[in-house]
Amino acid sequence: MPDKIAFLPPKKSVLDRRDIIVSDLADLLPKGCLVSEPRGLVPFETDAFIAYRNVPLAVALPETTAQVAAVLKYCSGYGIPVVPRGAGTSLSGGAIPQADAVVIGLSKLSRILDVDYANRTATVQAGVTNLNISEAVSADGYFYAPDPSSQLACTIGGNIGMNSGGAHCLKYGVTTNNLLGVKMVLFDGTIIDLGSKALDAPGLDLLGLVCGSEGQLGIVTEATVRLIAKPEGARPVLFGFQSSEAAGACVAEIIGSGIIPVAIEFMDRPAIEICEAFAHAGYPMDVEALLIVEVEGSEAEMDAMLAGIIAIARRHGVSTIKESQSATEAALIWKGRKSAFGATGRIADYICMDGTVPLSQLPYVLKKTGEIVARLGLRVANVFHAGDGNMHPLILYNINDPEDAARAEEAGNEILKLCVDAGGCLTGEHGVGIEKRDLMLHQFAPVDLDQQMAVRAAFDPQWIMNPSKVFPLEGRPAA
Amino acid sequence: MSEVHQPVSEDAAARIIHTAAAVGAPLVLRGGGTRSLARNDEGHEILSSARLSGIVSYNPAEMTMTAKSGTPLADILAALAEKRQMLAFEPLDLRPVLGTTGNPTIGGVFATNASGPRRFVAGAARDSLLGVRFVNGSGDIIKAGGRVMKNVTGLDLAKVLAGSRGSLAFVTEVTFRLLPVPETAATIVISGLNDAEATAAMATALSMSVEVSGAAHLPETVRGRFLGGDLPAAATVLRIEGLSASVAVRAETLRAAMASFGAVSMLDADATDRLWREIRDVHPYADGTLRPLWRVSVAPTVGHQLVAALRLETGVDAFYDWQGGLIWLRMEAEAEAGLLRHFIKALGGGHATLVRAAPGILATTLVLEPQPDAVAALEARIKAKFDPKGIFSAGVTG
Repeated sequence: MPDKIAFLPPKKSVLDRRDIIVSDLADLLPKGCLVSEPRGLVPFETDAFIAYRNVPLAVALPETTAQVAAVLKYCSGYGIPVVPRGAGTSLSGGAIPQADAVVIGLSKLSRILDVDYANRTATVQAGVTNLNISEAVSADGYFYAPDPSSQLACTIGGNIGMNSGGAHCLKYGVTTNNLLGVKMVLFDGTIIDLGSKALDAPGLDLLGLVCGSEGQLGIVTEATVRLIAKPEGARPVLFGFQSSEAAGACVAEIIGSGIIPVAIEFMDRPAIEICEAFAHAGYPMDVEALLIVEVEGSEAEMDAMLAGIIAIARRHGVSTIKESQSATEAALIWKGRKSAFGATGRIADYICMDGTVPLSQLPYVLKKTGEIVARLGLRVANVFHAGDGNMHPLILYNINDPEDAARAEEAGNEILKLCVDAGGCLTGEHGVGIEKRDLMLHQFAPVDLDQQMAVRAAFDPQWIMNPSKVFPLEGRPAA
Repeated sequence: MSEVHQPVSEDAAARIIHTAAAVGAPLVLRGGGTRSLARNDEGHEILSSARLSGIVSYNPAEMTMTAKSGTPLADILAALAEKRQMLAFEPLDLRPVLGTTGNPTIGGVFATNASGPRRFVAGAARDSLLGVRFVNGSGDIIKAGGRVMKNVTGLDLAKVLAGSRGSLAFVTEVTFRLLPVPETAATIVISGLNDAEATAAMATALSMSVEVSGAAHLPETVRGRFLGGDLPAAATVLRIEGLSASVAVRAETLRAAMASFGAVSMLDADATDRLWREIRDVHPYADGTLRPLWRVSVAPTVGHQLVAALRLETGVDAFYDWQGGLIWLRMEAEAEAGLLRHFIKALGGGHATLVRAAPGILATTLVLEPQPDAVAALEARIKAKFDPKGIFSAGVTG
């Protein structure tokens, strides 16, 4: 790729001491908790943003908060960069390491510590997967609301790092709205607790800062999250339209009418074809755009909400309406949607953008996205959380063709600038990572970023935590 | 009298702050001045948002609004009511309790993270705040966040400004999300429960799929102060909101389930509206006194244990919101901060804020919960990054 995104140059002082560092880390960790052999390091060289690979110096897999603290204290003492890693499902390169970095992986911190139904909380170690929480409480009638598509694999620690969303956050909010407290380790090994089972915490809202900080403010080792009683019933309904614009306008009118479904998901024709071929979800194949609208509650409530939604959809020329008739059908509808990225990956390489736009701008941004991609001779599939304006254009390309890859990156950059210029933002839930780092100045003025970086430095004055990410490499405050 | 600056623009505010920072002169930041009782701003210059007023944009179809920080809350609520929308977090109005006048501003609402009964389902003020513009302590004009619901672009500075009580920066503009006003609402009342029984009833109600949006317990000592004395006994109250057909069905389900706890009755939409406003604004303690009033946040199930423990030691009166996790606690005489905080810690943690007290008590009590050393040090470092000269520190107590 011509404009490869740069990582910080590896520190020679760290690389030169590699063997000593590995030996010192081995002293700090139990047997089997340190990876340093070249072959063992390969799985950690990238994440779900596979365009970049760097083998790290070593990977620590601590089993306790105290071990995380010991490793961080050691690394900060020698200025060794640290890259936190959940399950490595980041779509923005948030977990991609660098040659002089020690990766701290959460995979061994995988216990659910406390489930408290009376207070509706769960306290879990940071390496517990998102889906594990919901599965652990499902039989008792509860769930954990944020549901990123990668929920089978992604960890709650990673979710906190990225402030992950998902399809159902239209009603229930994203991670930051469902997080009550964390135990975390600061860059120098200091362990702090923020929040508790109480709804409000004293002092500054540090929890709000930490959530979505992409591993730059510290490493979360435990989290207390809100549990929610499962709705009586839930029903996804498919609405097919003959144009993306009509579907987009329908979404804006549904929200504007005061009806808030649990989820409104959007797919255009390429996305429908890809997902249907993979999941056989029963999506209509004779439409240009599809909305999955999910309502929940009692039968009476779902009927009342659906009546309102159907009336709006008819005004926008809906051509197909299909209600799921059974739990199996409902599950298939969601399986198709949630496998969109995986299914796309079977037919082509892709990069997935994640800009969010104001709802009124959806039709315009969809149209312009199509034009940008067509001009560069590429294909795009759109599948996204329409209810909150969080777009996910999947730009298809061939990773082995450098020119194709460069065009895909160019298209992605143009689309993100389009989102910002339409009043939106670069990323709604995937995070900045390295992918969007150099676009930050399109959304923020230097003075805005300076304030963010200053706050970041209050947590990590040495800039050792995930240092190549989020903020442009130029113009950072001196360490 | 302190000098009061009332800039008419963000630029003018930035110039005032820049000048103050140059000489290290403290500035007390003020919205509507509704909390002046809890502040010690004697002798310091005041920077007021009073003339930074007006709704900048309102997009009902996108459920977002942008307003200048000094916009009166009443103006915003009036504009929202026209489109049948609302602030989901139900900002509370403490003027009757504090005995203050002044006009609450939207900036003040976010600066204090003022959140009412719906907080445990709809989030606090901070959860509705999408973006801010502010002037930091060096006089730089900065924006953070945006105007879309989902945004993880960079550090979430809007969150840390929410609830920072004017200690970090002078917020000039806020963008926040809205929700539609529910079509109707009803309240299930369970009569005659003691605090422990009420806690169990509320936990059961919230484990059900009926979407309770308010859960409070009003013990015998306060129930006469609600609905003009119409509640017959200690009342455990549960609010249901939504489409009318759905509210009727859910209310019936809940009523049936709560019958095992005590006598159950129901309030209509109008009584529901009045009752939850009175709960929100701490009506029982709008008593014209300066007896110490605490706002305590703990895990919902331990709220009643905390009150029981305090009763053995001192004279207290209390009622509960947020399923028991928010306690409004009025002391008979002394603030008893040490005792209160000792019991909160012993019961698993939480925090207490002294909302009201006589000047002598305020001056000698830690109004805000003290933080552990490591967190306090971190907060101090963050504060220095917003306000290097420490000019916003003065008078920030309540």
